[in-house]
Parts: sequence; C-alpha cells; structure tokens
Amino acid sequence: MNYQTPLGRARGLGSAGQGSHEWWRQRVTSVALIPLTFWFACSIALLPGLEYEAVLNWIAAPWNSVLLLFFIILTTYHTLLGLQVVIEDYIHTPWVKILSLVGIRLVFYFLGLAAVYATLRIVFAD
Amino acid sequence: MFDTKSTMSERPLSPHLQIYRLPITAVLSITHRITGVILSAGLVLWAVFLMAVAAGEAQYASTQVVLDSTPGKLLLWAWIYALFFHLCHGIRHLVWDTVHGLERNTLNRDAYLEIGGSVLLTLMVFLFALLRS
Ligand code: HEM
Repeated sequence: MNYQTPLGRARGLGSAGQGSHEWWRQRVTSVALIPLTFWFACSIALLPGLEYEAVLNWIAAPWNSVLLLFFIILTTYHTLLGLQVVIEDYIHTPWVKILSLVGIRLVFYFLGLAAVYATLRIVFAD
Repeated sequence: MFDTKSTMSERPLSPHLQIYRLPITAVLSITHRITGVILSAGLVLWAVFLMAVAAGEAQYASTQVVLDSTPGKLLLWAWIYALFFHLCHGIRHLVWDTVHGLERNTLNRDAYLEIGGSVLLTLMVFLFALLRS
C-alpha cells in the first residue's frame, strides 16, 4: 500500500517532462528542411518566368509532388512551433496570447490544407 | 503558458536595448527570428500561388504577371535570401544543440561565415537561374 499523496510523489522531481517534445519536433523538422530548402529554392529559381506549363510539369513530376507535399507538411509544423515561441516571448496578456496561439493554428492548418489540396488537384487533374 | 500578474509588472528588459550595443551574435540571433516570421508570411503567398496553379491556366495568368514583375521578383529573391540566412543560422542552432561551436574565440568567426554562406548560396542559385534562362 502506497500512502504517498500525488503531491508528495511529484515534489522534487523537477518539471513534468512536458514541452520538450515541442523542442524536439522543432529540431526534427529543421533537419529535414535542410535538404528540402535546397530543392525548393533551386526548383523555383529554375522555373523560367514561372510559366504555367513549366510550373505544372514541375509539380506533376512524381518525386516533386511527394517532396512538395512533405515540404508543405514540415514547414506548416515548423512554422507553428516557431511562431508559438515568438508569441509566448512577446505577448504577455493572457487572452491576447491564447487568441494568437489559436489564431496561428487555424490560419496555418487552413493554408497547409489549401496547399496540399492544390497540389493533389494539380497532380490528379491530368 | 499562463502568466500571473507578477510577470506583467514593469521589470527592466534584458538586454537593455537603449544603452547596450548588440554584438554581431545578438544581431544574427534576432535576424533569425525576423527571417522566421518573414518566411512564415511568405508561406501564405505560396499557398495562394499553388491554389492559383490548381485553378487553371486562365486564372494563373494574372498571378504570373505579378510574379514576373520587378516587385514580384524582388520579393521572391528576398524570400529566398531570408530562407538561406535562416537555414545557415538554423544549422548553427542545430550544432549548438550538440554542445559544439560555443567557444568564445570562434563565435564571431562563425557569425561572419554564416553571413557569407547565406549570401553565397543565394548568389549561386541566382546565377544558376540566370544561366538557365
Ligand atoms: C520556409 C521555411 C521555414 C520557415 C517558415 C521557418 C520559420 C521559423 C520560425 C517562425 C521560427 C521561430 C523563430 C524564433 O523562435 O526565433 C523558426 C525557428 C527555427 N528554424 Fe525555421 N523556418 C523555415 C526553415 C528552416 C530551415 C530550412 C531550417 C534549417 C536548419 C530551420 C531551422 C530553425 C531552427 C533550428 C529554429 C529554432 C531556433 C531557436 O531555437 O531559437 N528553419 N523557424
């Protein structure tokens, strides 16, 4: 029989071990974004005048489609984690902070969804 | 996440930005944050761009005019430079996380390497694009 109260057990153990996973995910997305950044920047720069046909063919090429989808998901995640830290650092009025944190989530989930949907539509259109 | 009243009191900011001249390391640090926010804003435009392509050739035409204009090109290359700067400083962050590269005598050197690297990468991609078009 254990007579320790929950508080008694928790005391002296340090933090609850929460929050470090967000730091980790920021690192994991960063590492993956290193090669993707080179791919994205070079690809965009090399599309002549960003003409319709060229852009379409670029997105529709199988590896590009997959890399683009991966890039969209990773940047959305990386950006959300990053902007959250910025907001937590500078906004100290509780209700403004909570609204901002919820706001960036809604905005970037929506944008990520739009980007994924657009990519799939381009890929499966022809 | 939740602040009590005490954290909202008028405490002095550190570093005191009006009396303390920021060293290069601090300037790069805040630039990494600023580029992060700029890149995030750029993602909004990239989503709009992809939706425009998905909408078809007719709709995309107006988007392409904007992208191919001088302001459009400037914006695109500014975003690409921000991306390379953020990448170079981000790589240093990842190295620091392994408890390397934090020595006093190499910090400033690495700072200049990082600036040079980001400029060089942008120029290389730019020249590459120029040669191909
Ligand atoms: C479009 C792409 C990207 C966007 C929109 C973006 C956005 C952001 C934002 C908003 C932050 C928060 C800034 C801060 O807390 O000071 C951040 C942090 C970070 N970014 Fe990115 N980023 C992108 C690409 C990359 C890449 C390619 C790397 C590669 C190394 C990277 C590495 C990092 C790291 C390590 C941090 C954490 C910095 C810290 O702990 O203070 N990011 N990013």
